[in-house]
Amino acid sequence: MNKPLRRIAIFCGLLVLALLLRDNYIQYVQADSLRTDTLNRRVAIERYATPRGDIIVDGNPITGAIKSTKNGINDFEYKRTYKDGAMWAPVTGYASQAFGATQLESIDDGILTGNDDRLFFRNTLDMITGKKKQGGNVVTTLNAAAQKAAYQGLLSRGKGAVAAIDPKTGAILALASTPSYDPSTFAGNSTSVDGKAWTKLQKKNNPDDPTLNRALRETYPPGSTFKVVTAAAALENGLYKSADENTNSPLPYTLPDTKTELKNEGSIPCKDASMRIALRYSCNTVFGKIGADLGKDKMLSEAEKFGFNAEQFTPVRSNASVFPKSMDRPQTALSSIGQFETAATPLQMAMVASAVANDGTLMKPYMVDKLQAPSLDVISQTEPQKMSQPLSQSNAQILQSMMETVVKEGTGTKAQIPGVTVGGKTGTAQHGVANSEKPYAWFISYAKLPDGSSPVAVAVVVEDGSANRDDITGGGLAAPIARSVMKAVIDSKK
Amino acid sequence: MSSSTNTPTHHTSTIGSIGTPSRRNTELALLVFAVLIPVFAYANVGLAIDGTVPAGLLSYGLGLGLIAGVGHLGVRKFAPYADPLLLPLATLLNGLGLVMIWRLDQSKLLQSLPNFAQAAPRQLMYTALGIGLFVAVLIFLKDHRVLQRYTYISMFAALVLLLLPLVPGLGANIYGAKIWISIPGLGTLQPGEFAKIILAVFFAGYLMVKRDALALASRRFMGLYLPRGRDLGPILVVWFVSILILVFETDLGTSLLFFGMFVIMLYVATERTSWIVFGLLMSAAGAVGVASFEPHIQTRVQAWLNPLHEYKLSQAGTHDGILHSEQAMQALWAFGSGGTLGTGWGQGHSELIRFAANSDFILASFGEELGLAGIMAILVIYGLIAERGIRTALAARDPFGKLLAVGLSGGFALQVFVVAGGVMGLIPLTGMTMPFVAYGGSSVIANWALMGILIRISDTARRPAPAPAPSPDAEMTQVVRP
Repeated sequence: MNKPLRRIAIFCGLLVLALLLRDNYIQYVQADSLRTDTLNRRVAIERYATPRGDIIVDGNPITGAIKSTKNGINDFEYKRTYKDGAMWAPVTGYASQAFGATQLESIDDGILTGNDDRLFFRNTLDMITGKKKQGGNVVTTLNAAAQKAAYQGLLSRGKGAVAAIDPKTGAILALASTPSYDPSTFAGNSTSVDGKAWTKLQKKNNPDDPTLNRALRETYPPGSTFKVVTAAAALENGLYKSADENTNSPLPYTLPDTKTELKNEGSIPCKDASMRIALRYSCNTVFGKIGADLGKDKMLSEAEKFGFNAEQFTPVRSNASVFPKSMDRPQTALSSIGQFETAATPLQMAMVASAVANDGTLMKPYMVDKLQAPSLDVISQTEPQKMSQPLSQSNAQILQSMMETVVKEGTGTKAQIPGVTVGGKTGTAQHGVANSEKPYAWFISYAKLPDGSSPVAVAVVVEDGSANRDDITGGGLAAPIARSVMKAVIDSKK
Repeated sequence: MSSSTNTPTHHTSTIGSIGTPSRRNTELALLVFAVLIPVFAYANVGLAIDGTVPAGLLSYGLGLGLIAGVGHLGVRKFAPYADPLLLPLATLLNGLGLVMIWRLDQSKLLQSLPNFAQAAPRQLMYTALGIGLFVAVLIFLKDHRVLQRYTYISMFAALVLLLLPLVPGLGANIYGAKIWISIPGLGTLQPGEFAKIILAVFFAGYLMVKRDALALASRRFMGLYLPRGRDLGPILVVWFVSILILVFETDLGTSLLFFGMFVIMLYVATERTSWIVFGLLMSAAGAVGVASFEPHIQTRVQAWLNPLHEYKLSQAGTHDGILHSEQAMQALWAFGSGGTLGTGWGQGHSELIRFAANSDFILASFGEELGLAGIMAILVIYGLIAERGIRTALAARDPFGKLLAVGLSGGFALQVFVVAGGVMGLIPLTGMTMPFVAYGGSSVIANWALMGILIRISDTARRPAPAPAPSPDAEMTQVVRP
């Protein structure tokens, strides 16, 4: 009986070997994917096990952490807190024990919790020296004064969004959205408090959709502000060589291949106007004709150079702005004045203004300046990056002079700042079926200091449901907000 | 050719050579480690959870030391030539299991569950009872061959034990598998754990008698010895009973364990590979057949193939007549989160597996806190126990002892494979527990009894042959003077 016994011994050895192999598979090969599986509750437990690192603006944290209240069983130890949460929500996103994390809180979760691989060496050292694991910090590019100006300005106008960029680097200076929400209200894990606050904020319970980040995630018809892109396309494609060349535009202007007349707002001097005049008075007829003359391919190519039809990662993702890819000639004309299917995020329009202000060079927008280890050592530093060159330097300067005319003596006079050159463009975007809904008021602009440097470009959109329909104009509602944001940036530089 | 020196022939087996060292001191030295390691682990849990050495450390250490000491003295007195590894290995597993059970008792989450009760004190009591039974086996079972007398009584007893959970009013359906009986006032009992030992006794006795008939009367077909039709009777009966267990108690593990144990013993008794082929075919046919209509088994298979899906169903609270369980996925997450070295004692979150974290899923708790390294060590310890058992079978001098030892250790190995494989997602999950480490009175007590029988067989096997009896002729020459 000894031969089969030896074989059974081998068989039992093989059973154990099979278990050992399987164990190596799940605890070594698959370990990382199992450990980081977001459904694995340990991920959330870990996220809240130590006080999270902070998100920092201008050297001051806009976040914090407190010990969770221990009513009942809560395996999450620390809770996130926010200072001026509603104002900063479009930047921070939220980190909620019950509802997960979004935006910066989610993207840089590893740094904030201290679990990032780049902190591995320090963590190991801390483990040996017996120090408790700490989270690192996320230092943003935002400007507190500009953010405050943007948020306060929007609050007085109801719904809307602001995006402000430093044209030279692409650094985001302000990113506001109203109505907003305070992420502190649902940062915890209690059904009675946090759950209720969360439910109240959901779109189905709150038609204003306060958790929507309008600056990045909402696309609006850009209206006349898009004429800046059309003007850039005209200059770049050599349709006109200067701002003051006669465009030979008829009035009235009939959309090509149709009998539909494209109308201007009021009686403005658009017949045979130069581009400077057309931009100053916001002539639909002139820019509609330019778009139709250039054709959809040239318009599309210029729009995409400005960043249309692509998501931006700041690193928080923005929705892709839209310039339609297939359209006929009348639709091209309408798209060129920011109507038809053209749609843009506030960030996109701020990028348009910033490219013009930065002599034609578009910088990649970003909001994280650097990531810090708990010891405040820099783990990674964002270097400004060129994204594209929608305009040559000379054409950009022509466009700047046109936009400066708009603010000096056109529709954007409310954005003027004494001692500072401001260039801008207003927009009043019709939308809804047969343009029945209240239009969106747009304003995009940049400021230029006497030394020729341009510290800020901004885009403002206001969806003001309460204003009198005829009063809704970019110049009236949006320009003052843009002005105060630009002024805040300039004042903070002094 | 290599070393054909003039050294004396090596004794490769432990049979018989006079003066075999008893190895009792080796056992004692190993037992010291088997007690110290869990004591350190216990201190470690306290330090990790509360930052202090736990207050119960001394009494726990003394308790485990006492249990090990009683076991050791029992072996030293009643089975002095027994295998020196079995007792320390089992003690180590039992001690580590106790620490993990105590560690899970500290979990706030588990404490908040409706039926929570401190499990560690009870497990310590069961361990004491188990060691008591272990020593009792050594005292009262002077020779394992006595068990041979009870072959058919064993069969009857095993059948009764196996069928008890089906008796209305006595059986308890716990989370789908009906392998429990509840005794009012005493709690629940898993009779299958005891049936395992008793069945091994029956198989060994039966096969020892019938092995020649089963082995010799056969026809050769395609290189295999085919048994005669009527010799197929016993394997068919065991197969049928296993299927009954599977159908009525819906427990794949128990069924697989009994059938597998029988096939192993049949193979060893007859030395015919054809029995293995038959066994594999029959178990495959049985498992597939039953799975085709039994929803509980189907759920287990689905949970095995796609644990994440089962997890989502259970989270969504799907009610379609089947209990969907998140445990399979939770166990995998626990293993994965442990990684190579584990989180360390008391620092994991295996309480997320909830109520079975300290019983059926205790291996996942170990996996998270001790990591790949710890689990491999534990699996190797189980492997060592099984292999030492088979070594005992090799060394045993009587066929009954050989069969009983291989049946018990083969069954032990199968059980470890079925449970650990289930928890690790290698095979569908079953309702049995890891011997010695898992919380559960039946399991701990039965496995200590099993260990007692193995120790008894190995003592008999390694005991030196008795000195030759004095020659009666010598006596005859004596002159008796009136």
